[in-house]
Amino acid sequence: MTPETDLAAEAPTPTAPAPPRPHRSRAVLRCALDHAGALPFFAFIAVFLLWPTLIVVSGAFTDSNGAFSLDNLTAITGPRFMDAFGRSIWLSLVTALLGAVLGALLAWAVSAAGRSGGDGVTRRLVTALSSVLAQFGGVMLAFAFLATVGLNGWLTIMLRDAFGLDLFAGGNWLYDMPGLILVYCYFQIPLMFIVFLPAMDGLRVQWGEANASLGGTGWHYWRHIAGPILAPAFAGSALLLFANSFSSYATAAALVSQGDPIVPLQIRNVLTSEVSLGQEGVGYALAFGMVVVVAVVMSLYALLQRRTSRWLR
Amino acid sequence: MAALTPAEAAVPDPRPSRRRRAGGPAALRWAVLFVVGAYLLFPLLAMLEFSTRGAQGRTADAWLAIGQDRALVDAIWVSLRLAALTVFGMLVLLLPTMVWVQLRLPRLRRVLEFVCLLPLTIPAIVIVVGLSPIYAWVGYLLGDSPLNLALVYVVLVLPYSYRALDAGLRSIDLKTLAEAALSLGASWWSVILRVVVPNVRAAILSAALISVALVLGEFTIASLLNYDTLQVRVFEIGKRSASLSVAVSLAALMFGFVLLALLSFVGQRRGSRQGS
Repeated sequence: MTPETDLAAEAPTPTAPAPPRPHRSRAVLRCALDHAGALPFFAFIAVFLLWPTLIVVSGAFTDSNGAFSLDNLTAITGPRFMDAFGRSIWLSLVTALLGAVLGALLAWAVSAAGRSGGDGVTRRLVTALSSVLAQFGGVMLAFAFLATVGLNGWLTIMLRDAFGLDLFAGGNWLYDMPGLILVYCYFQIPLMFIVFLPAMDGLRVQWGEANASLGGTGWHYWRHIAGPILAPAFAGSALLLFANSFSSYATAAALVSQGDPIVPLQIRNVLTSEVSLGQEGVGYALAFGMVVVVAVVMSLYALLQRRTSRWLR
Repeated sequence: MAALTPAEAAVPDPRPSRRRRAGGPAALRWAVLFVVGAYLLFPLLAMLEFSTRGAQGRTADAWLAIGQDRALVDAIWVSLRLAALTVFGMLVLLLPTMVWVQLRLPRLRRVLEFVCLLPLTIPAIVIVVGLSPIYAWVGYLLGDSPLNLALVYVVLVLPYSYRALDAGLRSIDLKTLAEAALSLGASWWSVILRVVVPNVRAAILSAALISVALVLGEFTIASLLNYDTLQVRVFEIGKRSASLSVAVSLAALMFGFVLLALLSFVGQRRGSRQGS
């Protein structure tokens, strides 16, 4: 789990079984130096990522006196928190799938356009716009959709005046799950575009030409050449999108001010409410639950990656 | 564009390849660009409409109020410096490590990828809870400054910058290039700066772009550690005034867009000069 233990375990044993081994001590030294090259990075990660995580995990398993306890974890198995987990997972699943498919299509369209016409401007503008929306957005995306489909949003007013259509006839959906899905797609699609574009660019024109000169159709190309090559990148990107959506806080925090339908908002509620000190442990437990869900997704990603990289060799 | 579709449909299946590759995808490509582009651009137009809506007709009042907000201007400056520090830290820490691991420690490659993707399994709202004791130390050692946020931001941008850099490093024959350079007497730093960097320029640029955007948009950690960054300011303004908050949001989004478009054009110009 921790890179340090790996380093410590590997450092003493010389890894290279080079046949003309001059000095055993030199091989050991060289191996140690090799590992030392990677040390600054792993040390940095240990301080700013693993340490805070350990604090949260240990907080989830201890009571307010610092003794071992499962009370915090049993406290979040109630319907209120479990429903929040269910809604978070559903939201992440839907927006990851929508975002992955539409974002990959956009990446294909832009990549192919740049290739055939040298249309670098379109590509750069779409990349810049996607970067902005995918990771710059946060709080501001919530305001964007309030201005679009909020109670006084532009689209709301246009539809009402032109067709007599009331967007809010079915209730205040924008501030609940349907609204979150709509707004989350607004950063999921651009994120997929950015993450997937390098893979799309990896497709060589020659492969398509070879396929065509051997009598293959577009279907053959995508089914037997581009599809298998892109599949690991696509699946990996989709899992990234799931994790991104599941972890998102800012957009939901700005859009939903009451009700707290998803887990990050439940955590906000626990951390910012001044009800009792015992609630803090529940916050740790909820955070730990989020880590577990995404860890499961990322394990699937690792398994998938191992399988597909074997196929690619 | 529209004319191509019927022509493409008229092509019989037995000999499809040439024309289909020339015509069909072009129409479909533009259709995709148009539909997805409309979804991405419409809310931005709506923000413009919303923020200029007056009692009668159009008004620029909300926009004029932006420049008068001194705290907002300060927060923007803090966020810009944070973004620059984070990109610098990320590149210095991550790129040499990735090259080093690929060439000298291939067994650690999976560990490195795992570690780089870890921040995704540990959401920002989780990190921030465990971060306060560590930031007490950082503040003690470096002095209390919002720029300290760059340290944890380097961690936050890792998954995305790793994926971008990894895609670039995969597309070149790093081992052969590095061995060629080393056998000609180049140092390791020379390999990284003069061989690897020029070959993965696009990947570095895309890693930097996504890092800048992520830092400028970061809200969770900054707000919960009580630092006044751009997003925290925008959120606070949102509580007071709807039209002002929408105007600030659109201005910030456009600002980010211009910045990222400029960055990418600078990268392109340098690339073409080196290529010729």
